[in-house]
Amino acid sequence: MSYDSALTIFSPDGHLFQVEYAQEAVRKGTCAVGICCKDSVILGVEKKAALKLQDSRTMRKIHRLDEHIFLASAGLVADARVLVDMARVECQNHRLTVEDAPTVEFISHYIASVQQRYTQSGGRRPFGISTLIVGFDPNNTPKLFQTDPSGIYYQWKANAIGRNSKTVHEFLEKHYAQDMSESDGIKLAVKSLLEVVQTGAKNIEILVITKDGNRTPNIQEIEQTIKTIEAEKVEEAEKKANKRKPATPA
Amino acid sequence: MNRIAEQLTLSASDNPNNQLDGGSSNTCGTGVQFELASGNNPAAFTQQYTDVKSEKDARIKMDHGTTTLAFKFKHGVLVATDSRATSGNVIASQSVKKVIEINPYLLGTMAGGAADCSFWERVLGMECRLYELRNKKRISVAAASKLLANLVYRYKGMGLSMGTMVAGWDESGPGLYYVDSEGQRVVNDLFSVGSGSTFAYGVLDSHYRFDMSVEEAKDLGRRAIYHATHRDAYSGGIVRMYWVKEDGWVAYPLEDVGELYFRYHPEIKLTHAAESPLTAQRAA
Repeated sequence: MSYDSALTIFSPDGHLFQVEYAQEAVRKGTCAVGICCKDSVILGVEKKAALKLQDSRTMRKIHRLDEHIFLASAGLVADARVLVDMARVECQNHRLTVEDAPTVEFISHYIASVQQRYTQSGGRRPFGISTLIVGFDPNNTPKLFQTDPSGIYYQWKANAIGRNSKTVHEFLEKHYAQDMSESDGIKLAVKSLLEVVQTGAKNIEILVITKDGNRTPNIQEIEQTIKTIEAEKVEEAEKKANKRKPATPA
Repeated sequence: MNRIAEQLTLSASDNPNNQLDGGSSNTCGTGVQFELASGNNPAAFTQQYTDVKSEKDARIKMDHGTTTLAFKFKHGVLVATDSRATSGNVIASQSVKKVIEINPYLLGTMAGGAADCSFWERVLGMECRLYELRNKKRISVAAASKLLANLVYRYKGMGLSMGTMVAGWDESGPGLYYVDSEGQRVVNDLFSVGSGSTFAYGVLDSHYRFDMSVEEAKDLGRRAIYHATHRDAYSGGIVRMYWVKEDGWVAYPLEDVGELYFRYHPEIKLTHAAESPLTAQRAA
């Protein structure tokens, strides 16, 4: 008997196959990376190449949920749209009943609950997306959360979702440092995305969020960052080469 | 959640465990199920049998005889009430608790229907506790008062009678809101509610300052209640006073207004404010 067709049936070894298949769908989506720095949080996404006749402004990967909370998703774009709208309503609902801005944790919990609910009802399929939710809490601390189709949510210092996320995540583990500056954070985000995005600055979009607002570095700034990264790489390679050269006799 | 938020949020309809409103949302979800009066229009049904304004004796009269007051000052919030309950012309009790201890840092006062106030404030206490457990932090006074306002708004027009002040201390300092069964929710530094409120306002407005000391605030609250009980027939009994400070509220020993008469009455004879000891206190 096949255990993967119905959502509400466990397999004998404890899997919910529909949820796992949803996670496969996520692995096909474009990459997104989030990094917490000292006073800012950086969100970087791999932008799919815009087709010639397409208006690229309508291809949004980063969505704003509230004043200082943003979401990037990986997976089925249509599912993301629905979930983002639910989250936006919930943020306003929170402001209405509690008279205060929602925390990043609150909205991550909500999104995760919605995703979980869709793993436990009949006649539905899970949302085919993982999300990275970034923002600032009312007490001005930067936060990064991740949700996935099973409905879990965890807080991260840095993480990646989507295509090749494992590679990017390993890269982040190696190079992440606590309390980075904004520019170092941007560099790290671009560097980590370059691991998987071969075509350069035109397929990378960065969003920098600080407690006072947010900005999107334009393509020139990203190209500049890439140039800096390449220059540093060359420097590193030269240093290594010099080490290997035997010392010239005095 | 209030009706507007209920229509807009998608979670309520999705949740199979939905009772009164969306239980999955962290903001508000009351587990209270209510049997409303039979028929299509509970409000009209109730209105036939209860009446506040007219003097028709056949109808159930809701009592509003009371004096409650609360004000914010530098060191927190002072809450003071009387303790008399009247049924028509009969004094039913002289020792009613009109301050409801919602939780160790939130207080609610009672004016209007005693059952309505105490029931809904207990439900509010439950919601506040659930908020704390879900969000790992204390609820703000603004949010608590909003929860209460939204709870009773669902029953607007159905005969609830409640005029309550929610007082507490949260991250943004001392908080004080007035919430009533008509759906009003307002914020201010000073409120007095009940039939004796006009008398209390007179005393409060004459001597209120934000930078009072705790002793001055206690004296002001006590005086205001005393003067209200002195003139209002429907207020009396004892003065119940609470001080809400940063780490919670403290209750003060009860004082009988009959005894306060002997303390304050000689001062009423003073016709010049300059001779009042309170003024001397202020100048000192």
